[in-house]
Amino acid sequence: MTRAPLSLPPVFADWFTSRGWAPHPHQMAMLDRADRSASLLIAPTGGGKTLAGFLPSLVGLTLKPREGLHTLYISPLKALAADMRRNLTRPIAEMGLPIRVDDRSGDTSQTRKKAQRADPPHILLTTPESLALLLSYEDAPRVFLGLKRVVVDELHALAESKRGDQLMLLLTRLQAMCPDMTRVGLSATVDDPPALARYLAPHPATCEILAADPGPDPQIKMLTTDTPPPWSGGGGRYAIPEVLEAVKAHKTTLIFHNTRAQAEIFFHDLWLTNIDALPIGIHHGSLDRAQREKVEAAMVAGNLRAVVCTGSLDLGLDWGDVDLVIQVGAPKNVKRLVQRIGRAGHQYNTPSKALILPANRWEVIECQAAIQAVLDHDLDGEPRGPGPRDVLCQHILITACSAPFDADRLFAEVTSAGAYAMLTRAEFDACLDFVATGGYALKGYDRWQRLKQNSDGRWHLRDPRLTQLIRMNLGTIIDTDTLKVRMRGRGGKPLGEVEESFASSLVPGDTFLMGGQIVRFETLREMVVQVSRDRGRKPRLAVFSGTKFATSLQLSQRILSLLHNGDHSTLPAHTRDWISLQNEMSQLPRPGRILIESFPHDGRAHTCIYGFAGKNAQQTLGLLATRQMEDLGAGPLGFVATDYATLIWSLEPVSDPASLLDLGLLREGLDSWLADNALMKRSFKNAATIAGLITRNHPGQRKTGRQATFSTDILYDTLRKYDPDHLLLTLTKEEAMRGLIDFGRIEEMLAQSRGKIDHCSTDRVTPFAAPLFLEVGRVPVEGAGQEALLRAETQRLLAEAGLVQ
Amino acid sequence: MSVSSPPPTLNCYAFRFADHDLTLLPSGALWWPDQDLLCVSDLHLGKSERQARRGGHLLPPYDTRDTLMRLEADIARTKARSVLCLGDSFDDLTAANQLDGEMRQWLSRLMAGRRWIWIEGNHDPGPVEFGGTHLADCLIDTIQFRHIADPQSSFEVSGHYHPKTRLSVKGRGFSRPCMLVDRHRIILPAYGTYTGGLRSDDPVLSDLMQPNALAVLLGVPPHPVPMQRGAIGE
Repeated sequence: MTRAPLSLPPVFADWFTSRGWAPHPHQMAMLDRADRSASLLIAPTGGGKTLAGFLPSLVGLTLKPREGLHTLYISPLKALAADMRRNLTRPIAEMGLPIRVDDRSGDTSQTRKKAQRADPPHILLTTPESLALLLSYEDAPRVFLGLKRVVVDELHALAESKRGDQLMLLLTRLQAMCPDMTRVGLSATVDDPPALARYLAPHPATCEILAADPGPDPQIKMLTTDTPPPWSGGGGRYAIPEVLEAVKAHKTTLIFHNTRAQAEIFFHDLWLTNIDALPIGIHHGSLDRAQREKVEAAMVAGNLRAVVCTGSLDLGLDWGDVDLVIQVGAPKNVKRLVQRIGRAGHQYNTPSKALILPANRWEVIECQAAIQAVLDHDLDGEPRGPGPRDVLCQHILITACSAPFDADRLFAEVTSAGAYAMLTRAEFDACLDFVATGGYALKGYDRWQRLKQNSDGRWHLRDPRLTQLIRMNLGTIIDTDTLKVRMRGRGGKPLGEVEESFASSLVPGDTFLMGGQIVRFETLREMVVQVSRDRGRKPRLAVFSGTKFATSLQLSQRILSLLHNGDHSTLPAHTRDWISLQNEMSQLPRPGRILIESFPHDGRAHTCIYGFAGKNAQQTLGLLATRQMEDLGAGPLGFVATDYATLIWSLEPVSDPASLLDLGLLREGLDSWLADNALMKRSFKNAATIAGLITRNHPGQRKTGRQATFSTDILYDTLRKYDPDHLLLTLTKEEAMRGLIDFGRIEEMLAQSRGKIDHCSTDRVTPFAAPLFLEVGRVPVEGAGQEALLRAETQRLLAEAGLVQ
Repeated sequence: MSVSSPPPTLNCYAFRFADHDLTLLPSGALWWPDQDLLCVSDLHLGKSERQARRGGHLLPPYDTRDTLMRLEADIARTKARSVLCLGDSFDDLTAANQLDGEMRQWLSRLMAGRRWIWIEGNHDPGPVEFGGTHLADCLIDTIQFRHIADPQSSFEVSGHYHPKTRLSVKGRGFSRPCMLVDRHRIILPAYGTYTGGLRSDDPVLSDLMQPNALAVLLGVPPHPVPMQRGAIGE
């Protein structure tokens, strides 16, 4: 018998009517499918996505009032969870529904958290980390008793990080406690909806995908300027007058930057030009929370004409008044560009309006390729790898915190998460062994035991007091070591934070940009960088943590096609001329082939490899190729890498540069290079922290800086020396190969070209190679290694102090 | 025997202190040729065992063997007839007593045939069940050896603080353990494999050391720099 399961009760219908609204078709469709075990709703921002997610809960609870937790809503942002409570409370109050809503995050008070566990609300709004904590308590089965629905918001964003993997593992725990629980995912437009559906659904169940009307195509253009963009660099400061004009012509503009440092410089220079004093704010992840909240509030109140921002505004509150998005610098990734553009024109059915501002000549081409990809609805995405095992290790610890567990049942549970469906029992057992004993090759130490087996075979924590330490270190967000920045003086205003390595390079009197103002470094006191205001000096560049992206594979392919046989008529004249000059002097890079140029310049031989493999991979290629050149006796001196190419300079030319791209030789070089590599050590630190080998927070600890714990680099070196097959080293390598080192892209590049290499020798610098000479981030080849660098610097310091040895 | 080990002064930092010729080895050990004495501080043997025993962390159980291996290399290199361990040789007294058989034998082998002095530290404040001499502090010629520096003392060698220095070279940060030295005082870096450090610009160290003190960063060879100083007397 087929029957419409849930229709809109009169109280809801009346409420919609009284507001002059009608439910969207996809909202009704979600109501229809309320009993499916999993469903994924893909809708643009402003499409009433969250109401679509909640409507079945509100209707269900109205038709069948009950006690206890009914719906769990999970969002990646604390602010979103809090905001959702306000948004939900209003219709619930207006309709007089018998529904209690509460939110829970790291900011929630202890009293309220306790009350929530004792008497859970009907709808609880929370984050993955808070859910992990809730599930680590012994009373989790009681708290979640009767849970019917889980709504995961911004699933597309969560699925790109380990937070999503952790959440999916936590859902398997919940599913075991509440077998009837249904899952709903809410997502922005993504490249591969079926993959996201498999990620969400309990394996092997199917997940229905609902797509809301995506609305009209965005109006997207390149921002053209009278002055051509510079040859290299980022930041787009050359176009500040045009950006200000665009801001003036719109109500509210979001100006997105790819890095925090660039946002800071742009904001600073924007204000130097902003003679009309348009109210413009800045927002990024390294600014103090209070500062960010102030900007957000001003934005909601409609008091700002523009916000200069970074990925920190990719997600979050709907600001209905944003009518223009400006992307400064090449977007690197089409999917993110589309999601950013979606931040404008949040009214359903009005097209989003966006301007893309290339920061340099190469980016003109990339921006053009990206705009075409957006109009073609051709989104990019990396296929998901298997679920990360450091997250699994933490999950095993969380499970042990709540109650003794049976390994067979836990294995069955975790492999019901889509990302872990292919996990083998051997891999699971290795993780369990690591959590229980450290997993070292050297056995026979009975003291290395965190988990023990009961007589019935179930695993439990050896020392129950450990739960506190474990709970304090839950989560998969790894902060880089940062220090807070504060105005000097008693109760000085907090400004934000900078990376510790940057802070330690500061000497009193140095200036840098923070929140758009120039500040002067005074002292470092109790792990806080104390600064004062400073005007008129040229600031240094602050180093912030934050993600740096490489151009996606798909976008790189589009750039190559555009170069080789695309329509150049849409490109500005200066860029067209540059491309045809390259074609005359050398040749254009072609899809499926690799172009290598050799030319002399400034008394040195130069080799330029156009791999279009993204910055990380081109950087790795530079390191490996210069090693080979060292062996060939070519005397490499240094190199520089961009998303598109690697330029190497050396004493002698390389006669057969194609030989540098031998996969076997590259792999060999990689293995020895990885041994002592800062990127590997950073990956190791992340894995060691997530998997629970080391902890960041300790009960009753205050960071005093006294005899800080030793660095994880020592653990890395020790394991490499005595236990090279240890689980964490395996995980580290797997991860680094995909991410920071990105050897996968090099392999892909070589597989696609299958040895088809175009080698072009010219007598001078080629037009495409010229901008590379202006790039920052040149890497010297260290024949003698770190010690030589250090010796030069220490001798300089001694001489400066008049202490000649 | 140890034909292949480098001559004791290659790649080392040689300096005068209290009218004696001393040498800092790349490993952080102090070598006093005239006394045939090798001095190492803060070995923290058994550190991973103590961490595991207390339940919180299961660190790789290879730190003790790594520390002993380096100590063995330094003894071979200098052919020292005396070894002075400047306190915190064991991460705690239980760690000393529970050192496993293989490590115990290894340590005994190193001790055999030479004078061995254990200075008490705050982690191991009492005699351990190994041979050698156990002392609270000791005076050799004009130099005083103790675990924690005494601000009143002159010509003194101590450890305890695990000093380290951070330098930024061409945008890259280097953090290295270091020896601090001025006319009156030497503070040795920690020798143990799993030992963190206290930055040399910490007020405690700035108070102890004179304004012209040097920090000698460990490396091959060690690199001397003017000691970084924090605000004094805070």
